[in-house]
Amino acid sequence: MEYKIVVDPVTRIEGHLRMEAVASGGRITDAISTGTMVRGIEIIVKDRDPRDVWAFVMRVCGVCTSMHGLSSVRSVENALGIDIPHNAQMVRNIMLGTLTTRDHLVHFYQLSALDWVDIVSALKADPAEASAIARTISPLSEAYTPWGENSPGYFADVQRKVKRFLEVNPDNNLFSTNRWCWGSKLYKLPPAVNLVGLGHYLQALDFQREMCKIQTIFGGKNPHPNYLVGGMACAVNMQDPNAINMDRLSFVQQKIQEINEFVNRVYLPDAIAVLSFYPEWARIGGGVRNYLSYGDFPMTQMNELDSYLSKRGIIMDRNMNAVEEFDPLALDGLQEFVNNSWYKYSVGKDKGLHPSVGETILDYTGPGEDYDWLGPDKPYSWIKTPRYRGHAMEVGPLARLAVNYAAKDPGMVEIADAALARWRQMADKFNGRDCGLTFDSWFSTPGRMIARAIDASRAGRFMQMAYDSLIANIKAGDERMFNSARWEPSSWPADAKGYSLNEAPRGANAHYCHIHNRKMVNYQMVVPTTWNGSPRDPSGQRSPFEESLIGTPVAGIEQSNPEMTLEIIRTLHSFDPCMACAVHLYDESGTIIHRINIENQ
Amino acid sequence: MTFYEELKAKGYTRRQFLKFCGIMGAMMGLHQTGVAQIVEALETKERVHVIWEHFQECTCCSESFIRASHPLVGKILLELLSLDYDDLLMAAAGHVAEQTKEASIRQHYGKYILCVEGSIPTGSFGYCTLGGRSAKEIFDEEARGAAAIIAWGNCASSGCVQGARPNPTKARPVHKLISGKPVINVQGCPPIADVMAGVITYYITFGRIPELDAMGRPRMFYGRRIHDTCYRRAFYDAGLFVQSFDDENAKKGYCLYYMGCKGPNTFNSCGIIKWNDCISYPIQSGHPCIGCAEPGYFDQEPFYEHLPSVPGIGIEATADKIGAAATVAALAGVSVHAVVTNIQKRKLIDNNTEYPLKDDQVDGI
Repeated sequence: MEYKIVVDPVTRIEGHLRMEAVASGGRITDAISTGTMVRGIEIIVKDRDPRDVWAFVMRVCGVCTSMHGLSSVRSVENALGIDIPHNAQMVRNIMLGTLTTRDHLVHFYQLSALDWVDIVSALKADPAEASAIARTISPLSEAYTPWGENSPGYFADVQRKVKRFLEVNPDNNLFSTNRWCWGSKLYKLPPAVNLVGLGHYLQALDFQREMCKIQTIFGGKNPHPNYLVGGMACAVNMQDPNAINMDRLSFVQQKIQEINEFVNRVYLPDAIAVLSFYPEWARIGGGVRNYLSYGDFPMTQMNELDSYLSKRGIIMDRNMNAVEEFDPLALDGLQEFVNNSWYKYSVGKDKGLHPSVGETILDYTGPGEDYDWLGPDKPYSWIKTPRYRGHAMEVGPLARLAVNYAAKDPGMVEIADAALARWRQMADKFNGRDCGLTFDSWFSTPGRMIARAIDASRAGRFMQMAYDSLIANIKAGDERMFNSARWEPSSWPADAKGYSLNEAPRGANAHYCHIHNRKMVNYQMVVPTTWNGSPRDPSGQRSPFEESLIGTPVAGIEQSNPEMTLEIIRTLHSFDPCMACAVHLYDESGTIIHRINIENQ
Repeated sequence: MTFYEELKAKGYTRRQFLKFCGIMGAMMGLHQTGVAQIVEALETKERVHVIWEHFQECTCCSESFIRASHPLVGKILLELLSLDYDDLLMAAAGHVAEQTKEASIRQHYGKYILCVEGSIPTGSFGYCTLGGRSAKEIFDEEARGAAAIIAWGNCASSGCVQGARPNPTKARPVHKLISGKPVINVQGCPPIADVMAGVITYYITFGRIPELDAMGRPRMFYGRRIHDTCYRRAFYDAGLFVQSFDDENAKKGYCLYYMGCKGPNTFNSCGIIKWNDCISYPIQSGHPCIGCAEPGYFDQEPFYEHLPSVPGIGIEATADKIGAAATVAALAGVSVHAVVTNIQKRKLIDNNTEYPLKDDQVDGI
């Protein structure tokens, strides 16, 4: 018997995602991923001042806020040939690290923990036992001590708070107490571990507010801090109360330390501990076998790839012995397809186009009224399908792990090996058997989640390195934060094209721009969730969301039990979908909006 | 269970509770008697049920909301309310999530608050769907049963970036799609976290929506121009301006008027409440205000040119005249654009400063 499952809305993600799946024999046999919301931001930035565009495209996403602003100023600087002062580069790195660590922390606790942690079971736990367990979850590195705020009294208080919350409105609360499959056998943590998870869920909710304050120091607000083409607007003056001075810098240093403490003492050990109870999932959710990372955290200028703290490259077919190069300008390299999206191309619907010569012609052929099933046979999404030389790629923290590990980055090798050893040891211990975890276990749903925690730890380290470099530079007498040489439009060439390749928290993020007569005439973004959440391409290859669901076991279909939903969203959440980012480029009138004329000025 | 009883149960003292009420009162500009009203309301009233929808948005409003900074506000507001449905934070997904929402709407029909994050596209059915239904259909249905609607942020209040020209999806703000219901426009991209918390607390406390200005914004948070509450205002009055980012004047924190600051025609509490636990706000961090709390701010670009070149906006020069104009604006309670447009004293400013920049002024790299 074949069953059709629809999960819409997929909750605890940014934006609007619909997932349809077909299941038979207790496993998913086909999956259809649909982005269901559009806004049209790439059309809207046309004919604007290129220096303003960062503010428009930052509004693509408020969760990975700042990322598209950063990518935009970098692409405009690339087009206009602007190098930025070292201080500004370091400030941008610190802000990127702030975003990355906070985004990952919120993803683990607020957006995905409830897939694995049963909060109703947590209420039955013995707080003293929870406290004892929490103290055994020790950091990977000896540089950190176990998290101390885990007294029995603390956990008893957590129970009391949450119990009260659930009792006030048991039918319709944020946790759907009486409707969701709490207590299901799919939730495998002992009550005391669930309580640890719940306690840290609440601590993380408090702590994430502290993290973003670094962006507020440099960018004035968060979400949506300010960026500036040519550097940053936050002038340094160590002798004035009205600029970035010792007080502001000390505040930033304090927050960087707190972030590193929380990530390494709580988040990373928690992620490994929780997922160690689910060793069977280490063979589920792997999906596509190719990985792409653009690299980021430049310690000099953007065009000096060797200075990047996180490396650029491609891994094909999980071959960890070779890192292939990514060519941003090859027209047959990075291409977007629309064969299963609600668009058409002037060159034919089955062709792919490089973002620098891309076009978007609306061709909405989806249903016109309430619908139950979209299916894979007709175009079914607002997301285009990117490919690199015809290959589907996964992007994100797992891709960063694969690329940096294969490139033998010492920091990555060390932390990934330590994490895998801990994961293996805890899984064997908790399950009382040899669970058989190997390096291949990274390519799975829990592997992707632990890779994200590793990514947060690395980003925290990079922030400290950027901060140290910033201080050393100021100490050497350089307080510059902005390069005004190409600020005035009169200093620009009549025609300029640029791009930037960046690592957003969710993965490889490319912005391509074309400036003509001082205006932005074309802007194209190929963002992480476009890679991961897109529909299948002309050769039928699925993208990561869809491919990773194939083979996932589903329980409770016959009773239409929420458990079947749980198993689907576990894998989807491991990618941390960001739909507003993925869908941003659509036009209603049917005109071509992304054609670039190659002009020889 | 009332908010106060819950606080007691959570181990908060009455002293902490009163402090919370005091903070909220101060934020809303209330006298002591008003604070007493907060105390009474939170001691005796039931939780308000909230349905929080996401349409054409980027989730920055929710992200801002969870950054609410004063500890009690941050810790308790999610619990003070009964947030029955919010697809960002809720545990369930798919039809279980939908069932939870439907049940809540049924049980609390006519009494719940509908919070809307994002604009609503009217160009095509397919531009924003949830569970196979269009945003417009969902909004219409849920708005009917709501006691009041809170339009979070610039998207729901005025269309924000997707509503900027040419508005490809025909995005519409909430107030353009409904009549006969109270709509509170909580402006900003996003709104300040504590402003969001304050609007909700006001509603719970007084059982009615806060006083609104001509653009539907709560006067208590949007009654002052950023320019009139900016700590750099003294430099404006003294004619001391930043001429180029990172110049000597920027390093002294002078006024950003010539860098395109939209503070003079933007109504928000950035200069008073500030952002993320009073850490800073855009101007304090050296960047001009881009006016994100004003309708149509994305079509008031370029961001980096000073106001007189923006259609319809002018500004006076001297401190006392500015003060007088602001008072008039506050007393008259009108949409202030009308007030600022008819005060054009740019000449004075030009005479007092060395603007424009010299073309050869570059700092080396």
